[in-house]
Amino acid sequence: MAEPRFRRDGAWVGASVPRREDPRLLAGRGRFVDDITLPGMLHAQFVRSTEAHARLLAVDLDEVRAVPGVVAAYTAADLDLADITALLDRPAHEFVPTAMPVLARDTVRYVGEPVAVVVAKDPYAAEDGVEAAVVEYAPLEPVVSDLGALAEGAPLVHAGAPRNTLVDVSLFATEGIDDVFSEAHTVVEVRTKTGRQNALPLETRGVVADWDDRDEQLRVQTCSQVPHQVRTVLARCVGLDEKQVRVTVPDMGGGFGQKCVVGREEIAAAAAALRLRRPVKWIEDRRDALTAAFLAREQRYTVRAAFSADGEILGLDADVVCDMGAYSCYPFTAGIEPLMASAEMPGVYRVPAYRVRGRAVTTNKAPTAPYRGVSRPQYVMVVERVFEKAARALGIDAVELRRRNLITVFPYTGVNNITYDPGSYLESLDLCEKTLRDEGWFSRRSDENRVIGIGFACFSERTGYGSGAFAQRKMQVVPGFDISEIRMDLNGTVSVTTGTLSHGQSHETTMAQIVADRLGVPYDRVKIVQGDTDRITYGWGSFASRSITIGGSAVAAASVKLGDQLREIAAHLLGGDVESAVLEDGGVRVGSSWLSYADIADVAYLKAHLLPKGVGPGLAATASFDVGGDGTFSNATHGCVVELDPGTGGVEILRYVCVEDCGVAIHPQVVEGQARGGIAQGIAGALFEEVRYDDAGQPLAPSFMEYKVPTAREIPDVRIEHLETPCAFTENGAKGAGEGGTIGAPAAVLNAVNDALRHTGVELDDTPIPREAIFRALEVS
Amino acid sequence: MIQLVELVVNGERHDLAIEPRRTLVDVLRHDLGLTGTHVGCEHGICGACTVLVDGAPARACLIFAAQVEGAEIRTVESLAAPDGTLNDLQQCFSEHHGLQCGFCTPGMLMLAEGYLAEEPEPTTEEIRDVVASNLCRCTGYQTIVEAIDDCATRRRAAFQDRLDRSAS
Repeated sequence: MAEPRFRRDGAWVGASVPRREDPRLLAGRGRFVDDITLPGMLHAQFVRSTEAHARLLAVDLDEVRAVPGVVAAYTAADLDLADITALLDRPAHEFVPTAMPVLARDTVRYVGEPVAVVVAKDPYAAEDGVEAAVVEYAPLEPVVSDLGALAEGAPLVHAGAPRNTLVDVSLFATEGIDDVFSEAHTVVEVRTKTGRQNALPLETRGVVADWDDRDEQLRVQTCSQVPHQVRTVLARCVGLDEKQVRVTVPDMGGGFGQKCVVGREEIAAAAAALRLRRPVKWIEDRRDALTAAFLAREQRYTVRAAFSADGEILGLDADVVCDMGAYSCYPFTAGIEPLMASAEMPGVYRVPAYRVRGRAVTTNKAPTAPYRGVSRPQYVMVVERVFEKAARALGIDAVELRRRNLITVFPYTGVNNITYDPGSYLESLDLCEKTLRDEGWFSRRSDENRVIGIGFACFSERTGYGSGAFAQRKMQVVPGFDISEIRMDLNGTVSVTTGTLSHGQSHETTMAQIVADRLGVPYDRVKIVQGDTDRITYGWGSFASRSITIGGSAVAAASVKLGDQLREIAAHLLGGDVESAVLEDGGVRVGSSWLSYADIADVAYLKAHLLPKGVGPGLAATASFDVGGDGTFSNATHGCVVELDPGTGGVEILRYVCVEDCGVAIHPQVVEGQARGGIAQGIAGALFEEVRYDDAGQPLAPSFMEYKVPTAREIPDVRIEHLETPCAFTENGAKGAGEGGTIGAPAAVLNAVNDALRHTGVELDDTPIPREAIFRALEVS
Repeated sequence: MIQLVELVVNGERHDLAIEPRRTLVDVLRHDLGLTGTHVGCEHGICGACTVLVDGAPARACLIFAAQVEGAEIRTVESLAAPDGTLNDLQQCFSEHHGLQCGFCTPGMLMLAEGYLAEEPEPTTEEIRDVVASNLCRCTGYQTIVEAIDDCATRRRAAFQDRLDRSAS
């Protein structure tokens, strides 16, 4: 049992207690999908398209079926599954849905698209089988870029999507904005292209599925951030009832958004298991994970901003085009990136006039899913570039220019119809700048023998999107709430469900801390139940930094309800009134008497005849939570110091400071871990990682030799400073903390590189920042 | 084709009848049930499959099981005591929050065990260089480096303590 010394001010919340997850993971006793073996289990692999765009003329699996060890091989026609289709409630000129078949039928739309599934006695034989497939293609001209997709006369990826446009929405257009720009003292423009990235959980996707005759259920164990959505789609695809499908999630080696959509391979493997009545496992190999899994982040921005002479921002005019690849993902659709950017772009600044057009185009590339931060790493980078350029044009210090425009009075309702709850926008900027100044980086920056630059990024991040916020996006399937069921068992131990799903975020620890404070029990007496569609009422899993804000609030609310039950029973048993009953020391005090939870549970389960009238046996409660308004905004300022190498164009990060405010941190060490890990992924996008394709649509980064994931050598230590502006409407005062690191880092790095290039006259606005461009800029200077 | 292979893993001898193409990591995980060692890339870059072969860190995804007959192989399962008590390195990882999802962790632990056995007095920068052998997608590496650094410091202190006591 953990010692009370870990508690902060007598509370579990706010203390960095030992993680409940750690012992098993450190001992190699975790259970990840590929660790699961069932009797008679078979192994699936996929025949995948080698063409970016082609009609499928024939898929011949005869040779496959003859390979030793191969048990079965299926095409789309063999399995006859319904398509995966995600919808927005928007008119046809704003949104065109795509039907993503589980296996390609008559057309392939990207290299790596699954065409057939091979099932064999072992994974080696499955791969042998895949190699024996003969697929005949009639190649079509591929669409391999957003510009190519929008070009006049471009080939169509989907016949029903003219100009290859799946989403075209103009969310805001302030009246008179053209006048604002024509009358402004200064107008700056930023044109940015950001590279396609892979969220890259170290554990690739995978599934083990089997039909259970006793439960009459298709049991699916898969590493998904959204088990209920997998159940819904799988049931629909194979034609089962929801209750005939049980999805459970074992330990999960990261997700970062790639696993918060429903993939095709897990459906196909489950369908094979259903047909064969034998367990089927599919584990994605790294090549497929790099080329055929869900990708993200390839966006193009054209943004103008108008400023007054004294540096007040007057207007923002943005055009955003997102290359969403071949299909809409379920449940978010291809609207996920353009709608996020459009809704949120004014960010932390008081922007009085705003116009935006957001488009999603479809191309012959692997489809996209939300990736940690979703568009915010991009639009924050663009807006922060806007401020840097305006600062140069106006001759005002860039940090000072930000100060003049930051939102400082809360709640603030923006031009984008969003109400921002209180945060520490200005305070975080001041502290971040002061920290770097105190550490001496500004004086080192002026060393003429070195090429050093300092960059900042100010941002806030909407977390805890409730149903209302998602409904504004007009998703047909609207996530948002969370439901929690809590139960106390005989000896007073507690188990509590959450519809969220931890895959590295430590919910077994943090959710337990929340319950522990509400009930006055040690946190290791609280068991968290997650990732099981049979044991948990419909939930939305973990994404959009929703777990602690929404899931944690539901867990807290359920705990309070259970506490009320305990008080009522104790008051009755001790002969006092409920109002005077308080939870204390793992029991209930009524006046001078005290009953332990174990004593109360003893009555609730074993001596139910002693319960008060109207109180049923057992100790359990259910509560739900949703965010009524616009969600809660975490905020941060990142400061980055880089040194450029004139000999190679290389970028070394000398210092990184993050001043963050996520309200009440349930577990500060976990919050810091989220920030550091997020920053590493943001740096990866700014400097290293890109999924590139050639003109034929062939992916150029099929291994870690080409897709350059940064190591400990490239990622710097990060100094983190905390500010705390508690959220008024989540149960614990917490705001989300999962994505901020990733959001701020690209802007901070890019601004620092440009600051280092200040003497060259060169400005770079694309990511990953091309090393060659840095080299050339320094060479010329 | 099936080959008979004799492997010694965590001090225990195993006789296997396997295909020659079967990798060490597949044998460990799926034939011996030692699923603590993970597979992240199958091409030797990510290091999630790192085990010790005769004391040195090695990529179990790049080695055929048949190649390491007669070698002493150690996996993450060998670190904790039989009752589950974590060793000092594992404890340091937990205290420094050197793991989040835990998928890269066994590889990082075995990498560090092998390295600290060879170099008990590393600098922080040397540790960072070694950690750069493996990929982690969650932590940003800082806390992994700190955990290994802390463990090395504690081991040195304990060693010095033993020396002092035997001298007195």
